[in-house]
Amino acid sequence: MTGFALEAVGLQKSFGALPVTDSVTLRLPSGARTALIGPNGAGKTTLVGLLSGTIRPDAGRISLGGRDVTRDGSASRVRHGLVRTFQVSSLFARLTVLENVFLAVSEHQRASGGMWQPAGRRRALIDRAEAILERLRLTDHRHQEVARVPYGVQRLLEIAIALALEPKVLLLDEPAAGIPTDEVSVLLETVESLPSHISILMIEHDMHVVRRFATDVNVLVQGRILMAGPPAVVMASPDVRAVYLGQSGQSRFAGGAHGA
Amino acid sequence: MTGAVSPFLLRHRLRPLEPVWWLLAIAYFFVFPEYLAVATSVLVMALFALSLDLLIGFAGVLSLGHAVSFGIGAYVCALINLAGWREPITGVLASGAASGLFALAVGPLILRLRGLPFIMVTLGIGAIFYEAANKAVWLTGGDNGLPGVTLDPLLGLFRWSILGQTSYLYVLCWLLVLFYLARRIVASPFGVALQGIRENPGRMLLIGAPVLRHLVVAYAIASAMAGIAGALSAQTNAFVGLEVLSLTTSIDGLVMLVLGGIGRLYGGLIGAPVYMFVQHFAQQWNPYYWMFLIGGLLIFIVRFSRGGLLGLFDSLVRRVGQGHGDR
Repeated sequence: MTGFALEAVGLQKSFGALPVTDSVTLRLPSGARTALIGPNGAGKTTLVGLLSGTIRPDAGRISLGGRDVTRDGSASRVRHGLVRTFQVSSLFARLTVLENVFLAVSEHQRASGGMWQPAGRRRALIDRAEAILERLRLTDHRHQEVARVPYGVQRLLEIAIALALEPKVLLLDEPAAGIPTDEVSVLLETVESLPSHISILMIEHDMHVVRRFATDVNVLVQGRILMAGPPAVVMASPDVRAVYLGQSGQSRFAGGAHGA
Repeated sequence: MTGAVSPFLLRHRLRPLEPVWWLLAIAYFFVFPEYLAVATSVLVMALFALSLDLLIGFAGVLSLGHAVSFGIGAYVCALINLAGWREPITGVLASGAASGLFALAVGPLILRLRGLPFIMVTLGIGAIFYEAANKAVWLTGGDNGLPGVTLDPLLGLFRWSILGQTSYLYVLCWLLVLFYLARRIVASPFGVALQGIRENPGRMLLIGAPVLRHLVVAYAIASAMAGIAGALSAQTNAFVGLEVLSLTTSIDGLVMLVLGGIGRLYGGLIGAPVYMFVQHFAQQWNPYYWMFLIGGLLIFIVRFSRGGLLGLFDSLVRRVGQGHGDR
């Protein structure tokens, strides 16, 4: 009944007496480039948890391409095209970079039940994983153990795993957090080069990144959507400035360009 | 040349030292014909430890109740036999199936748990089965066990000799076949998914993996394999006693695995003979304090090598500088 890739209506979640998500409604049209910003403790991570299915909402519903997934677990949502990355890299530390992507490819192509053919001889799966690594310029790292590669590489690997799952909707939880400034642009170029049929919701602190990436910004404050609209409009709003940054941050906010 | 060789993508390849173990097992047959009975029980325990390695070393599921699978296989095998079905191979297959079915029934309930709660539940299930077998005298013979397992000649050709030549080779063949299956499984996409679950189960769910189903399947395979080990123990000892279900059996398997090295498949195959050899001579040395030696050995191995004896061997090879044993 809707044309939205992802639609969350009236999401509600309290931990004890504390409402962390308060009647949040969020709609991503197909091909969206939407950012979600908000101060620390605004409930951004909880919202990602609700959308991806690791946290159950108290009320509200979530649909994916018009299909109600409110009661689906996270694995089932992934299989229906809703994929997330993690703010703090959550990878398979003792496996290699290639193996990490292979795992995702193998699950996505429903090959993970196979017990007879060796993984190392599944050429189609390995080629697909290699192609994704190539695209993110990770080929040189492919045989290294993930625990030993630089953090920037791990961040890109998060995205590589997400791409292996061929998402329709991609939730990027602070993809640029913790990477050196010069690697941020590699990451952003990668995100910008993603096919336009993927709808993306990016949780991000950095205004510079938001301005560059998003056509649409949602501001989350104390569990509620304070405002939504194009970046220029949202960033010009005195309400957003006041609540989101407090007095001291205003100049930095307006400056934007120093934001990295 | 970009660092370490990708382990699982090469896991299906035969490593140069692999045939050595099997050649030694065959050589033993000719060199120590009078000690085949002991060696047969070593092979049975090696198979049991191998099944535990699938569970612990690859799926990352630490069970202290694996003896239940061993025991079910042993009792089912003996009961089938005493009911009049004396063909050995089908008896073993039926027993393995029974243990596998047990895992399929119990797995979906308990494999939702992880860590300490899971360990405690497996301990509890082990205790319940042990006590139940103790009480159900009509079925299991209770304390007296089930004596008198007698087998038809193997394949209708080979008689079961007094010195146990047939038994030894028979169990060795089972071990070889099941080892080959285990080896294929851990190198397959399914095996890789299991290692993903071991590393980071939450993340596996978020790449869309059916984590519980993978774990149940792995548990069923490991349980069936342990059941086959139990059945072989029943057939080669011509007897099943309560101790097949005891906590000691579970712990023995675990200790053998840790001694040899977890997550390498050969861990159990190395750990079982070492453990039983040391146990045998320690008991001769002093029947009361022999556990001191076992305990000391365990502490030494765990202290100096996280990968057990095989890990120790690997680091020695690396230190020598060749690295050919570690591929």
